[in-house]
Amino acid sequence: MTVAALPTRKDEAFRYADLDALAGVWPVAREEILVPSGQSTSLSVVEDSEGAVARHLVIELEAGASFDLRILNCGAAFGRIAVDAQLGEGASFTLGAAQLGSGVQVLEIVTEVSHLAPNAVSRQTIRSVLAGQATGTYLGKVAVARGALGTDSEQSVRAMLLSRTATANAKPELEIYADDVKCAHGCAVGELDAQGLFYLESRGLPPELAKQLMLQAFIAEAFSGAADEERLQALALARLGELV
Amino acid sequence: MLQINNLSATVADKPILKGLSLSINAGEIHAIMGPNGAGKSTLAYTLGGRPGYEVTGGSVTFTPPTRHPREGGDPSPAVGNTQGQELGSRFRGNDESVLGIDLLTLAPHERAAAGLFLGFQYPVEIPGVSFVQFLREAANAQRTARGEPPLSGAEFLKLAREKAGLLKMDMDMLKRPVNVGFSGGEKKRAEMVQMGILDPSFAVLDETDSGLDIDALRIVGEGINAIMRKPDKAVLLITHYQRLLDYVKPDFVHVLAGGRIVKSGGAELALQLEEEGYEAVAA
Ligand SMILES: Nc1ncnc2c1ncn2[C@@H]1O[C@H](COP(=O)(O)OP(=O)(O)OP(=O)(O)O)[C@@H](O)[C@H]1O
Ligand SMILES: [Mg+2]
Repeated sequence: MTVAALPTRKDEAFRYADLDALAGVWPVAREEILVPSGQSTSLSVVEDSEGAVARHLVIELEAGASFDLRILNCGAAFGRIAVDAQLGEGASFTLGAAQLGSGVQVLEIVTEVSHLAPNAVSRQTIRSVLAGQATGTYLGKVAVARGALGTDSEQSVRAMLLSRTATANAKPELEIYADDVKCAHGCAVGELDAQGLFYLESRGLPPELAKQLMLQAFIAEAFSGAADEERLQALALARLGELV
Repeated sequence: MLQINNLSATVADKPILKGLSLSINAGEIHAIMGPNGAGKSTLAYTLGGRPGYEVTGGSVTFTPPTRHPREGGDPSPAVGNTQGQELGSRFRGNDESVLGIDLLTLAPHERAAAGLFLGFQYPVEIPGVSFVQFLREAANAQRTARGEPPLSGAEFLKLAREKAGLLKMDMDMLKRPVNVGFSGGEKKRAEMVQMGILDPSFAVLDETDSGLDIDALRIVGEGINAIMRKPDKAVLLITHYQRLLDYVKPDFVHVLAGGRIVKSGGAELALQLEEEGYEAVAA
């Protein structure tokens, strides 16, 4: 097997990556997951290590299978998680992800969700909170194959910038070769609501705590309904405490 | 309790408060009335320390009473004497409290811990954060700043239930996200539940009566009396109408116009204003 060449800026899927950091962990192993017909599986990925991390999950969902993937991407350096999901007939794929960055962190989630057969459902919820000079990226392609009628796909992508120097990139992308499909996506980049913050502070909450509460609410949707929702929320909350 | 001296403030570089002076003693309820755009909310926000409200002159001295354990705030009598820790010495030392605090140097949350409460004219909606969640954190942050022990979850819920009951508000509403989807009147009632829970020494209530139906007005009026009509507390009530003052009898009524107090009197001044209007009374 030949080792793939290190990507360059010209590779769309690596456009915003920290290529120097990537070189240190290249090549990235494919982690293959097969969810057999009719079965349900879930996985929570928490990346909070000190060093650079790049992962590539390849998930195949057979007919009627479902997979619930949650990601907390908040390591100290470059953190890239690529997810390819191939959905068979009637399969269901959920991705809920939060990226929490500060300093000069570069965090990214790159997905390619392929609806290969009719009536599969995909739901992606991505929330990024970025402080300092951090960069958070979501590149999300949804491909609907010819004949994948009744496809139902949603991407909800929101980022919160805590400083003027932080950057959020969001690029949901649709490639549709079938009729009768429902593909929705929404993107928003914003700042913490100053009026809300003052309201909370005026009741006695110190600014850090007020921000932490509002940010916790902001990312909550990414983890809601997860099997280990409380654990993920607690880990995220601790990291948010360092960000504000 | 509160001494406002020649206060001037700008909003977006526009002078709004222009040398406003007002003195409020413990045990007193003051009403401020005045035409739209006079600067009433600006005064409230400036006292609360809202960013963007820049003080360009004058001073505000706040002299909260030495706090005693109250049925509302303290589940048990203070154990030992942990006062004076954290921010405590700034707020509760015996000598300091006589001298008073320069309110304008404090951050908004420190003003709250010192005993100030701001009832908003337009309470803010905060999706995803519930009242009980944030109020418990807020109450405990205040208590910590004053050197008091924090409330446990059970103690807090008991207190919240009691105050919601006082304002005849369904406890379930406090489990919802802050003000989200609340009607105008419900928001105002929720402001008063928060005031009951936080148990301040001094409250600025900005048009708490607007948006309330007739029954709610009475409930809120009685709530304000129950929470704030105490010898060691005081209230600044901003309102446009006499109707709230029928329930919460003011000791003094002031007219704020053009960024300063242009006329002061007793409770009868509000009636006179309602009869004759600002033009005639405070021209
Ligand atoms: N952000 C702002 N930029 C410019 N002007 C402002 C801003 N905020 C308030 N003002 C102005 O300040 C003045 C005082 O406003 P304020 O809200 O204090 O009035 P008020 O007395 O509370 O009025 P009302 O009775 O209508 O509530 C108004 O003329 C208002 O337009
Ligand atoms: Mg106003």
